[in-house]
Amino acid sequence: MSTDASLTHDGLAPKGHGRVLLIACGALAREIIALRKGNGWDHLDLQCLPAIYHNHPEKITPAVREIVTQNRAQYDRIFVVYADCGTGGGLQAACDEMGVKMIAGPHCYSFYEGNDAFAALDEVTSFYLTDFLVRQFDAFVWEPLGLSKHPQLRDMYFGNYEKLVYQAQVKDPELFEKARECADRLGLEFEYRFTGYGDLAAAIGEA
Amino acid sequence: MSDEEDDIILSELNDEDLVAQMFDDLYDGMKDEIEEGVNLLIARGWAPYKVLTEALVGGMTIVGHDFRDGILFVPEVLLAANAMKGGMAILKPLLIATGAPRMGKMVIGTVKGDIHDIGKNLVAMMMEGAGFEVLDLGINNAVESYLEAIEAEQPDILGMSALLTTTMPYMKVVIDTMIEKGMRDDYIVLVGGAPLNEEFGKAIGADAYCRDAAVAVETAKDFMARKHNQGAAAI
Repeated sequence: MSTDASLTHDGLAPKGHGRVLLIACGALAREIIALRKGNGWDHLDLQCLPAIYHNHPEKITPAVREIVTQNRAQYDRIFVVYADCGTGGGLQAACDEMGVKMIAGPHCYSFYEGNDAFAALDEVTSFYLTDFLVRQFDAFVWEPLGLSKHPQLRDMYFGNYEKLVYQAQVKDPELFEKARECADRLGLEFEYRFTGYGDLAAAIGEA
Repeated sequence: MSDEEDDIILSELNDEDLVAQMFDDLYDGMKDEIEEGVNLLIARGWAPYKVLTEALVGGMTIVGHDFRDGILFVPEVLLAANAMKGGMAILKPLLIATGAPRMGKMVIGTVKGDIHDIGKNLVAMMMEGAGFEVLDLGINNAVESYLEAIEAEQPDILGMSALLTTTMPYMKVVIDTMIEKGMRDDYIVLVGGAPLNEEFGKAIGADAYCRDAAVAVETAKDFMARKHNQGAAAI
């Protein structure tokens, strides 16, 4: 399995076998591989884009489009494991045009919680972290926002947030402590929420 | 050579060099130095409006251009904005007392469901710097909040901001409500935020999408000039 750092910056190459190609965010790699293994879904191959595209959503749609174009002849079908993820409907439009399906929802926080349940929560002032984002907190939050060099900017970024919600996919005491530490560093209240894989499991199962 | 010998003494610089140094200090986000520079220029008899436009807005415009061109990033822009804010805090009461020229009035706020205000705050500050009176409604504004403010304040411009793709469609809710109430054409509507683009601005019926704070100021000035020309033509 790739390291978190390589999933962040390089993504994950496909194995080249399996009838269905999943094109996913690198932040979902471990979870999708766990689901594949746990359910015996050997027909699934997985290619991940660099997870850091989370911070650059304008890169997602063209990258997905390119992979679909390159790979559609080698697989029976392709399923995109990105939600809208800040593409403003652009990814959905591209998938519709290319005739491929994608997972429903605005972002992974929503489908981990379950899209209907997340919408009902209406948590405007919550900042979310998943297992992957807890492990890669510095690479995705602290460093890109310049907080190591300029900690005085913290409240300009996070002053309107109230709490950090850690949506846990697996029960891991070390990650729990790290997530709590992230909340402290951001000056936010901490809430732990075990979501498991949420809508991701059903979506992959039907891919 | 010691650091002390390298230090630039702002008070020893002539006006031209001081303004150039303030551009550098603003670029580097040095709030204390900007406050000192503003105080020095005021003490030398500069009008507050001249300090604002030539030293602060001039410097912040360079920051804006370098942000647009990918030379500076959000943290550096925030530090610069914070330094400018320090200078503005000194100038604001002086500007009120000396009656600086007024370009127009703007009501601005982040839309419902969205608590992000960095870009909106930057636009508000640069608009103030350009001579606009700005009423900032803050974050998470429902349509009622916008309508109440524009009815009470009668601004020239309504500005709406959103950072999230999930919240930006709410701008259309506000504009559609303005149309329903027959008040849409009474105001210039400017929209902005990271996920927006010109196409979105047009699709929801805004007058313009503004890519960044500098563009917002130029767009607002342009619309105000057109408004005045229309007024003159009607006489």
